[in-house]
Amino acid sequence: MAAEREPPPLGDGKPTDFEELEDGEDLFTSTVSTLESSPSSPDPASFLAEDISTNSNGPKPAEVALDDDREDLFAEATEEVSLDSPEREPILSSEPSPAVTPVTPTTLIAPRIESKSMSAPVIFDRSRDEIEEEANGDVFDIEIGVSDPEKVGDGMNAYMAYRVTTKTSLSMFSKSEFSVKRRFSDFLGLHSKLASKYLHVGYIVPPAPEKSIVGMTKVKVGKEDSSSTEFVEKRRAALERYLQRTVKHPTLLQDPDLRQFLESSELPRAVNTQALSGAGILRMVNKAADAVNKMTIKMNESDAWFEEKQQQFENLDQQLRKLHASVEALVCHRKELSANTAAFAKSAAMLGNSEDHTALSRALSQLAEVEEKIDQLHQEQAFADFYMFSELLSDYIRLIAAVKGVFDHRVKCWQKWEDAQITLLKKRETEAKMMVANKPDKIQQAKNEIREKERVKDFKTVIIKYLESLVQTQQQLIKYWEAFLPEAKAIA
Amino acid sequence: CAGPRLGAAMMEGLDDGPDFLSEEDRGLKAINVDLQSDAALQVDISDALSERDKVKFTVHTKSSLPNFKQNEFSVVRQHEEFIWLHDSFIENEDYAGYIIPPAPPRPDFDASREKLQKLGEGEGSMTKEEFTKMKQELEAEYLAIFKKTVAMHEVFLCRVAAHPILRKDLNFHVFLEYNQDLSVRGKNKKEKLEDFFKNMVKSADGVIVSGVKDVDDFFEHERTFLLEYHNRVKDASAKSDRMTRSHKSAADDYNRIGSSLYALGTQDSTDICKFFLKVSELFDKTRKIEARVSADEDLKLSDLLKYYLRESQAAKDLLYRRSRSLVDYENANKALDKARAKNKDVLQAETSQQLCCQKFEKISESAKQELIDFKTRRVAAFRKNLVELAELELKHAKGNLQLLQNCLAVLNGDT
Repeated sequence: MAAEREPPPLGDGKPTDFEELEDGEDLFTSTVSTLESSPSSPDPASFLAEDISTNSNGPKPAEVALDDDREDLFAEATEEVSLDSPEREPILSSEPSPAVTPVTPTTLIAPRIESKSMSAPVIFDRSRDEIEEEANGDVFDIEIGVSDPEKVGDGMNAYMAYRVTTKTSLSMFSKSEFSVKRRFSDFLGLHSKLASKYLHVGYIVPPAPEKSIVGMTKVKVGKEDSSSTEFVEKRRAALERYLQRTVKHPTLLQDPDLRQFLESSELPRAVNTQALSGAGILRMVNKAADAVNKMTIKMNESDAWFEEKQQQFENLDQQLRKLHASVEALVCHRKELSANTAAFAKSAAMLGNSEDHTALSRALSQLAEVEEKIDQLHQEQAFADFYMFSELLSDYIRLIAAVKGVFDHRVKCWQKWEDAQITLLKKRETEAKMMVANKPDKIQQAKNEIREKERVKDFKTVIIKYLESLVQTQQQLIKYWEAFLPEAKAIA
Repeated sequence: CAGPRLGAAMMEGLDDGPDFLSEEDRGLKAINVDLQSDAALQVDISDALSERDKVKFTVHTKSSLPNFKQNEFSVVRQHEEFIWLHDSFIENEDYAGYIIPPAPPRPDFDASREKLQKLGEGEGSMTKEEFTKMKQELEAEYLAIFKKTVAMHEVFLCRVAAHPILRKDLNFHVFLEYNQDLSVRGKNKKEKLEDFFKNMVKSADGVIVSGVKDVDDFFEHERTFLLEYHNRVKDASAKSDRMTRSHKSAADDYNRIGSSLYALGTQDSTDICKFFLKVSELFDKTRKIEARVSADEDLKLSDLLKYYLRESQAAKDLLYRRSRSLVDYENANKALDKARAKNKDVLQAETSQQLCCQKFEKISESAKQELIDFKTRRVAAFRKNLVELAELELKHAKGNLQLLQNCLAVLNGDT
């Protein structure tokens, strides 16, 4: 959850932000034109404002006020964005944790970017249904693969570089097929950027795979054993799934950060994802602060829908965890089975050797061979069990954690709302009014997100794939035993 | 605690008589082929009762032999009485030249009982469905172990009944007919200790005796073969056991997964939940099949290997006895030579030498036949069981496949 508080990368990151700004403008102008929302105009900001007023329903009143106070950027941010900067303001003042939003320039830029990003989704809200329909109709064409893990460097500074290959027919990318090399911290950096931008709005940002200090150290140190290869493979698969899930999300797909991640050959080091960096410590402190906050904030859940959903998610989370535990046990036992079958195969072969009746001896050797093949089968099945089923479940469990994060955000938002209301009562300022008015929109956003259609489909597809793998295993088993049967019958 | 309760349950379940002995158990009997063909003496265990710490077998005999008072009769025997019978064979010098059918292993329900007890204790911590499911599972396991032990006792009796010489043994007839308690108590500590020492001496002796090179090629070959074979069967049997056990654990996991999916599916009635329910059903059914697979593997493969482990040990014992008598014979020869040289006690030495020679020759002759029979039996048993194993595996894999394909069709059709 602290990920959402992750400040945009400092230092190195700054130029990136500027780049992003330009990209962002380009992005939105061009894509907007593609979607034929409105004729594009040279000034993105005002254009977007007008557009919003015509198309969207939410922040309309806010956008109208956009043109008025341009001098005070904060005010602008407040009105324009309304979904995001109120978060940032209080962050600087009232939060117990040390200031998370750092240097002012970035803050200045950030809200502007936020505003664009925030407005963009609003525009796209209308066309999002179109996009979704496209997705359902398989015209949504972007394929991402993560492959070829390579160890770069030596010793403790070594890292694994993964090749990220994108194949797409979407016009917003410059090429239709390209690949770049990324390392794990790049993925984490991408996630934190996306999270900081979208989580406030109530979007569910797919969670990134977890850091594993132990695992990586083993790889760094150069242990060439199977556990480190397994670890790398696990991570590769998890990264792939993460990217795939992220691009499935139509709004996130439009994000310039994501595009840059996929396309540009050099990515500035996301230093703040290191576990022991200053930002890392900040994150930990924030996490603790959040936990305390969670305990102290009591919210009268006026919206029954949310309450119900929250309860549902709690249950779902529990069930998934249990299921996950069972599947992990299955994986473990299957691996055991595979090992034991291999041992038995060898033993049977030895027995066949010492048997002096020739036909029986041959049959026993055949049995040994069959069992060996079956052992391989079991191993493959164990992999399938693991990669398809178990990892899927853990991804979902993390997703649920992210959803919970959204809920928590909502609670915070509610708190802000309360504060705003108090402010309203006290000061009766326009800003407060705006904040009050804009909370419902955010909830609407969250509601849209929590719509689980896609996730459900995802889950179903994976389970079906898994069942198909089981089918294949059985078919192979049948083949092997059918081959063995005549041998057994031939024992004279 | 679960013990007596289950005992009662067993009693109810087993009053059905021969029905509970399913084909699997007859499969175990068939490890020794050609046992059913002899109408003169047929022995089987028609019923069994499991009580707290003992099992009572009802031994049923059908015979046309004149030795018995009736043509058909039954007695109740316990495990210790089987052991007594077996030991009486071993100790009988006349049977030195035969492979004595290995004694059935002691009925061991401890592990199963423990699990049932743990389940009872943990009842509060799981849902009702889970508890019922697990209880059913454990009860099925208990029943399976029970059936196996019955089968093994039966095999022992059948082997004895099928053996041309052993079937005539008086103790055996007493065992079959005497309808009172044989008053055979289990060995007490002192006797067990004696046994232990006897075994030690025997194995030490075995080592000495095996150093004697045999003139007869047949026996020499058999000795080397049996030694190696026995060790490898031991290894294969252990590994096969482990394999079937992990197979069973994997099948059990399916059970848990099925329950979790079911719980997920009953949350509400959306599409995904119906999906879950169907998949949960699938897992339940698959699990039953997988459990059968592992049970069949256990029966056809592991039990086969275990049995031949014991039989090969018995064959080894036969060879040992023969070698022992050979050594005795040679010693007697040497003694005779010495006596002749000293011209003292020649007659005595001669008689003893004669006896040893006779003994040796008798043993050798019957041993040869026994070992040849052993091989035939072994080959036939392996053939039968391997064929059955392959057929069962095929049947289950096809069933599993069908199940999975059906489920997939339904699921795909829905989406």
